[in-house]
Amino acid sequence: MSDQPILTLDHVSKRFGPITVVDDVTVNIHRGKIQVLLGENGAGKSTLINMAAGVHEPSSGQIIVDGHPTRIPDTKASEALGIATIHQELQLVSSLSVAENIMMGRLPQRFGLVDKGEMYRLATEALTTVGLHVDPRMPAGALGIARQQLVEIAKALSLKARLLILDEPTASLTKHEIEHLFGIISQLRSEGVGMVFISHHLEEIAAIGDSVTVIRDGKFVAEVPATTPEPELVRLMVGRSIDEQFPRRATPPQEPLLSVKGLTRKGSFTDVSFEVRAGEVLGIAGLVGAGRTEVVRAIAGADPYDTGTVIVLGKPLPKGRIAAAIAAGVGLVPEDRKAFGLVLGASVEDNLGYATLMSSARYGLVDRRGQAKRASAVAERLAVRMRGLGQQVGALSGGNQQKVVLGRWISAGSRVLILDEPTRGVDVGAKVEIYQLMNEITAAGGAVVMVSSELPEVLGMSDRILVMSDGRVAGVLAAADADQHTVMSLAVKEVESDRV
Amino acid sequence: MFNTQETTPTAQKAPSADVKSTRAKIADFISDNGALVGLLVLCVAMFVATPDFLTPNNLLNVGIQASVVAILAFGQTFVIVTAGIDLSVGSVAALSAMVAAFTGQSWGMPPMVALLFGLLTGLAAGMASGAATAYGKLPPFIATLAMLSVARGLTLVVSNGIPIPTPSVVTWLGGSVGPIPMPVVVLLVMGAIGWFILNRLSIGRAMYAVGGNLEAARLSGIPVKRVLVTVYALSGIFAAVAGLVLSGRLASAQPQAATGYELDSIAAVVIGGASLAGGVGRISGTLIGALVLAVIRNGLNLLNVSAFWQQVIIGLVIAVAVGIDVLRRKRT
Repeated sequence: MSDQPILTLDHVSKRFGPITVVDDVTVNIHRGKIQVLLGENGAGKSTLINMAAGVHEPSSGQIIVDGHPTRIPDTKASEALGIATIHQELQLVSSLSVAENIMMGRLPQRFGLVDKGEMYRLATEALTTVGLHVDPRMPAGALGIARQQLVEIAKALSLKARLLILDEPTASLTKHEIEHLFGIISQLRSEGVGMVFISHHLEEIAAIGDSVTVIRDGKFVAEVPATTPEPELVRLMVGRSIDEQFPRRATPPQEPLLSVKGLTRKGSFTDVSFEVRAGEVLGIAGLVGAGRTEVVRAIAGADPYDTGTVIVLGKPLPKGRIAAAIAAGVGLVPEDRKAFGLVLGASVEDNLGYATLMSSARYGLVDRRGQAKRASAVAERLAVRMRGLGQQVGALSGGNQQKVVLGRWISAGSRVLILDEPTRGVDVGAKVEIYQLMNEITAAGGAVVMVSSELPEVLGMSDRILVMSDGRVAGVLAAADADQHTVMSLAVKEVESDRV
Repeated sequence: MFNTQETTPTAQKAPSADVKSTRAKIADFISDNGALVGLLVLCVAMFVATPDFLTPNNLLNVGIQASVVAILAFGQTFVIVTAGIDLSVGSVAALSAMVAAFTGQSWGMPPMVALLFGLLTGLAAGMASGAATAYGKLPPFIATLAMLSVARGLTLVVSNGIPIPTPSVVTWLGGSVGPIPMPVVVLLVMGAIGWFILNRLSIGRAMYAVGGNLEAARLSGIPVKRVLVTVYALSGIFAAVAGLVLSGRLASAQPQAATGYELDSIAAVVIGGASLAGGVGRISGTLIGALVLAVIRNGLNLLNVSAFWQQVIIGLVIAVAVGIDVLRRKRT
């Protein structure tokens, strides 16, 4: 085995406008080795691998393939170099057959027609390499996530990939499926395929990785062996003192504002019960796919549920009725603000006013003066940085966009705020402002339920932490008793479930 | 772009800076009102080509010619703002007019009652399309394509394929009061109603939210389904009014009336600056769009251009108008 890396990202940086997402990072990937990329959400991992995948070109630094500086301007070029990327969101066309997906863009032809026999033969061959025995004629969408992932890997291997980039491949898999995937990965490693592996699950690093590159805020922090103890990895990844970053001011909890009893939706979450009091921040932690988002959306009336009750200030809420939940004082700041939170083409004022648009109307007429007054008051209070209330919300920065979504509920007078990943894609300054706002809400007698995948944030801002695992409540911890370890061990706790 | 020019201190003297900023303001205005500028340019060109264009009589003619498409297009604007499309407006217009004529003629209903029947027909057709879209989850294109066929078929069933004379009040709507043509009055009234709904009613503002991002609107507590049913219902009513005006002009409801008008109405909305992706669109823009179409038809008629070539030219105008708009949006 030669010592020359297959691929080197050599002092690469990536800037989007004024924001530097990746800052002078170097990563080497060798044959038959698994290089783990570790970092918090937003640390720049995805941007980094996207440079190898041909999605972004580095703003500075170079990419070296087999010792030669190389440009990878697009995904085709990346593919031609033998680099295959399995993105977090799978890229299969669900209505096409497994075989067509594997052979896409290079269907075997005879007399100008697709040679189906040959296509199925090649596809079956590819599927065998990943130990997947499914009918290549079936539509890819009929397979579960784990098998779809394997189909993508099979496709990559049939393209003669010698470098495989796996972006959080285990995020939506069950324990059993992960074991199977790791079996395949180990086998590929022994065959000399180099791999980049991204995961938030620290225990997976020791299980599968060879070496770990830690990045934080877009900067290279360290490269350590995969056998490095977990606490040390966490320290490298988080890096700073949690206390300074999270200005939580505890408020003595008062009467219960929100109680959830036995909330269940088959296949998503089971028997979820908890209570949040006025003045309290309840953090909800758990792995991706643990059902956190599903639960909070059901509470806010955005999605239906099968059984259970949601009670706000002593009154049960009707199932699946957003307007009723809003009237009762519940406000949901959804996970993906661009997809679910904002009308990007509309003005800041309009976006701030949607929750009160219908309820403040008299005889069906817009309360124009009231809407304008509320919007300017809340924009000032949250210090939304904008050219004016008439500016398109899509032109604001991520942090200011998030403030607008939050502001909508402040303006509606919501007392129970449900924040799903409130600081994702938000810069550090705006993050602290959002935390301050959470303090103000609880100080004023409101309650906050915060779903977050950033453990330091959950630990730093919550009064109590509810940990979900596999659709169930794995445990509730008081902030004083919680640390990374106790939360993570609950999050990965095996819970018997009826999920397939 | 122009804003940055305005703030750049390129000139030392105050007067010339003023000139700059006026120029920038004009540029801003042109860029914001592309359709209006296009309409004015078109009018000037027509006037140069044929002096007959700018006579009061001819301008009223343009208004009359624009009226039916403009009223249909006002209704279409609501739908397009919510990112939908209503292909049934031409058929619904014909059916509504036919029902009004039929109830007046064959059932002997008083003219005002017959007119009301016509309007209710449009409302019912629109609500059916809206319900199919909002509750039946049919894509708007399919739901209204079905309604296009159903309404046209019903028009033929009701009329037996034979034109029916319109009730007196409908004929009055198609005529003139003194020098003032009633279709133009109806056009202005419906435009004002449309503007009021979109700009002053909460459900009108909600239409923009639904079209801009349906899921965000839903999560903010906006009753998305009610909004969707409302826009198709409004489109149906506006189509009924357009159909009544059209039949009134001919003093008879024709079974094949307004065939193909759905495309003209969509063209008017799009020329007026709305986006088929939803969230954008104004009544004033739609009016301009309808006038652009009418001015081109009228001018080409005055110039004796054959009707066949007119179709070609109108197609090109639609492509160019929307193309310019797309380029402009990209720049800003």
